[in-house]
Amino acid sequence: MADLTLQLLGLQLFTGIALGALYVLLAIGLSLIFGMLTVVNFAHGAFYMLGAYVGLWLLMHGVNFWTALILVPLAIGALGLLVERTLIRPLYGRGLDYPLLLTFGLSYMIVELVRVFFGNTGYPVDTPDVLQGAVDIGVGYFPLYRLFVIAATVVVLVGLWLFLERTSFGLIVRAGARDPEIVRILGVNIARVWLIVFGIGTGLAGLAGLLAAPLQGVIPEMGGPILAESFVVTVVGGMGSLLGAVVAGLLVGVVVSMTSLFAPEMSRVAIFALMAIVLLLRPQGFFGRAGLMS
Amino acid sequence: MLLGSATSVAPDTSERVRGFLSFAQRRRAWLAALFLILFPLVAPFKALAAMILIYGLYALGFNILFGYLGLLSFGHSALFGTGAYFCGIAIAHFGLPWWAALALGVLGGVLAAAAIGALAIRTLGIYFAMVTLALSQCLYYLFYEATDWTGGENGLTGVNVKTINLFGFHLDFVNPIVHYYVIAAFVIVALFALSRILASPFGAVIEGVRESEARARASGIDVARVRFVTFVVSGAFCGLAGALLALHLSIVPIETMHYDTSGLAVMMCLLGGMGTFFGPFIGAAIFLLLENLVSLYTVHWQLIVGAAFIACVLFFPRGVWGTILQRSRT
Amino acid sequence: MMKNNGLTRRQAVVATGAALASPFLFNIARAEAATIKVGFPVPLTGPYGAEAQDQVRAAQVAIAEFNETGGLKGRRAELLVRDDKLNPGEAATRALELIESDKVDFIVGSLSASVQLAVNNVTKVRKVLYNSISQSDAINEAKEFSRYTFHEALNPHMTGGAVGRYAFSKYGKRVVFLSADYAYGHEMVRGFQAVGKAMGIETLADIRHPLGATDFSALLPRIQALKPDVLVISNFGRDQQIVLKQATDFGLKKSMKIVAPILLYTARIAAGAKAFEGVVGGTSYYWGLEKTIPSAKAFNDRFRKMYNGRLPSDYGSLAYAGVKTFLMAARQVGTTDPEAVIPAMEALKYDYYKGPEYYRKCDHQAVQSVLIIESKNAPPGDPDVFNILAVDQLSEADLRSCQELGFH
Repeated sequence: MADLTLQLLGLQLFTGIALGALYVLLAIGLSLIFGMLTVVNFAHGAFYMLGAYVGLWLLMHGVNFWTALILVPLAIGALGLLVERTLIRPLYGRGLDYPLLLTFGLSYMIVELVRVFFGNTGYPVDTPDVLQGAVDIGVGYFPLYRLFVIAATVVVLVGLWLFLERTSFGLIVRAGARDPEIVRILGVNIARVWLIVFGIGTGLAGLAGLLAAPLQGVIPEMGGPILAESFVVTVVGGMGSLLGAVVAGLLVGVVVSMTSLFAPEMSRVAIFALMAIVLLLRPQGFFGRAGLMS
Repeated sequence: MLLGSATSVAPDTSERVRGFLSFAQRRRAWLAALFLILFPLVAPFKALAAMILIYGLYALGFNILFGYLGLLSFGHSALFGTGAYFCGIAIAHFGLPWWAALALGVLGGVLAAAAIGALAIRTLGIYFAMVTLALSQCLYYLFYEATDWTGGENGLTGVNVKTINLFGFHLDFVNPIVHYYVIAAFVIVALFALSRILASPFGAVIEGVRESEARARASGIDVARVRFVTFVVSGAFCGLAGALLALHLSIVPIETMHYDTSGLAVMMCLLGGMGTFFGPFIGAAIFLLLENLVSLYTVHWQLIVGAAFIACVLFFPRGVWGTILQRSRT
Repeated sequence: MMKNNGLTRRQAVVATGAALASPFLFNIARAEAATIKVGFPVPLTGPYGAEAQDQVRAAQVAIAEFNETGGLKGRRAELLVRDDKLNPGEAATRALELIESDKVDFIVGSLSASVQLAVNNVTKVRKVLYNSISQSDAINEAKEFSRYTFHEALNPHMTGGAVGRYAFSKYGKRVVFLSADYAYGHEMVRGFQAVGKAMGIETLADIRHPLGATDFSALLPRIQALKPDVLVISNFGRDQQIVLKQATDFGLKKSMKIVAPILLYTARIAAGAKAFEGVVGGTSYYWGLEKTIPSAKAFNDRFRKMYNGRLPSDYGSLAYAGVKTFLMAARQVGTTDPEAVIPAMEALKYDYYKGPEYYRKCDHQAVQSVLIIESKNAPPGDPDVFNILAVDQLSEADLRSCQELGFH
């Protein structure tokens, strides 16, 4: 590598953070849902993809990108509410595997439904005009839209933090993650809490999908690979830990980006190797609760 | 005749049904073998029947871990695929005889299971599903990159076995009928082996661990070890299925190791009936036949299969075969 | 070519997208007796559904023409379309079904490199004639080849060589290669590098990216910094569209010329003008050839007539020729018996839609011309999306030699 300059490394780092931002959004949703409901949402990738398609549909019908940023997570979140209420709730108490299996089957159907309505081949999505072009960030030119994705993720994280720390509902969510039994005894309608948390989780996934759309376009299969990668992030960060989701998401993004620089062919295996190492040394992940693992 | 509530069936008929069922339970391997021998007569074409055999065995191997032990793995494609590749490489690259390649396939499944199991057994429950998925993806990428051995994206070609020499018989493996029955022979042997294992003390231990881990541990059972051994046994069966796949298709596609194939095992097992002996086979048959049939009319067969799967999760958790068995017992 | 991530895209504005998106039902009826049955496994399900549908349309044109001109001593031909789902295991099963149940006379297909190998493995053992219309020359290698295997489609080694010769002499010799890291990607680069070596190019970097990568931003700054004359991007389908889009966003087109081994008509229509603008590439066929080649005009007109003014794509035309060569050779010798048809195919000199072609003896590869095209800024809905910059006349020079492929 003849011209490995500090500048190039800096650019790669930023690219990694931008990559990581999407992982963070997805991992937070997964972690919230697991932490509260003890459900691994195998349909998370499908909701991500659906967010991208709903966004595309809105854009095709003249809605502007900023409005879509609000509408898409609401729409996907609403769908999540529906799914939790009608499909997942009947399965609580049936054993840990059943909700997982249901979400797995659901992802099959969601992908196929998208194929029915939008076709097999996918669509390109244009970057909104105002966010096009590249910006000099000191170490070089970096696409403005990717900076926007990072910024949007930060805004979402701040909003989520405020929600969890400063609202009473957030307090219940945090308590429920720690000890659902006590929360129920205290008279809180835990079922309603789970419903809303599932909606928030899927809404975040949908938002991530919309943000990803101008980067890579949309195809029905886009949820598959990212699901496996999101699992890696949650295992590394620790299931149920939001801080873990953020740290691990950024870490994985940077790992992929840096490996692309030195050994691009290994960049995909690298994150699984990372996961294997974490499993060997600290199975509950960086910030996970040890109790969850045994 | 077997379905329907007991009250609508005359007392001595339900006696006979129960008698038949307990007979069937004891002789399950024989009956399964009989079913497989007669199967080509009803299947649309022999090659599809052979696929059902292979995927049925794969689902059966998965069922050992999921149905009997209660561990949900999403990484079984790695066991299936490694078995297929070991067998395929043995024939295509080394020119080994078919029986050695089959044995190597079984070994491949065992090794993959040991590798994944060693890391994944440390986690459990829901976490197990995610970790097995991710680890099998890792193996997928590794096999993908090893193009010289596996052919990478293009798959491994040249797994051509034209004649099978068995006990002095020269069987023309290209002939669809002979082809099917050779594969069926191995699957039947596997079925008998499985029946033995499940009926053995180890089989009881497996079910004990599923029923109550705490009680098992209190009885002095090393639960982690039981899990690991069961995973490896499951790997042996899935490896054999993979090896048979390589022989059947004459190729090993890289998709065999992809997580979609892991999902197939889950779907087939659930559709058919996990925790039953023959359920996974029924599940594989239903899945593949449905796919074959629905594909004739629409390209969106996945919608039907997905809906059927969700229906099973919600309403028929015992799967088709399991529900039939349950209804006829009451 | 791969399964999960490749795709073609359509302009959101093009309303025909909705029509094509509706479930396309194929009447896959069981074949009648005494007809000549041509098995046709193609990926109707999956990201290349649009290309596969065009392949079916074009193949039907060949069948119709054959039947209207008397068939084979009165015997009509029939196309048995099957969905291989872009999956080699599925394709092998379909091929087994076509041979075992439907008793086909010929098989023509498919699209993906791995699928053609899977089908070929089945057909060659059972001595069934197979004409591959997949654009990969993996099937030409000695270990895959059999007398029963033919390969109508051209391959990226050919197009890479042709495009490389054009681009390196016209745009400059400082080159960066960006390729997908899988067999087909390597295939694509090989053609360029063979020609490049002869022309004395300077390879500034040879970057490989994982197949199905959705984010090339990790790699583009480095390429930008190297300041090459030519950037050779060797990937396919969705990978190609994403990298071109991101390269455009990063502003790479301002400082270098981007070339690709293959540009697909359906992909260009779907992705739109912006990403592809100014990109130079190769192809087997573009309908614009009708201005200079009479057989192209005849084929286009027939296609327009049968399908309401539609124009055939490159993949479609390969299907047309793949089916037609078998039928014409069979007609010539009066039988579908492979032993008679094979020598007829080997001796065939034909011009069905793009100019003269013939099959090379050692590997049954169809030797044909390569078109060098450049994407142009056409309004959405306008099918005139390419300029034909040059036509490399047919020659064996750009193919891998028989020795290279393992024949003695």
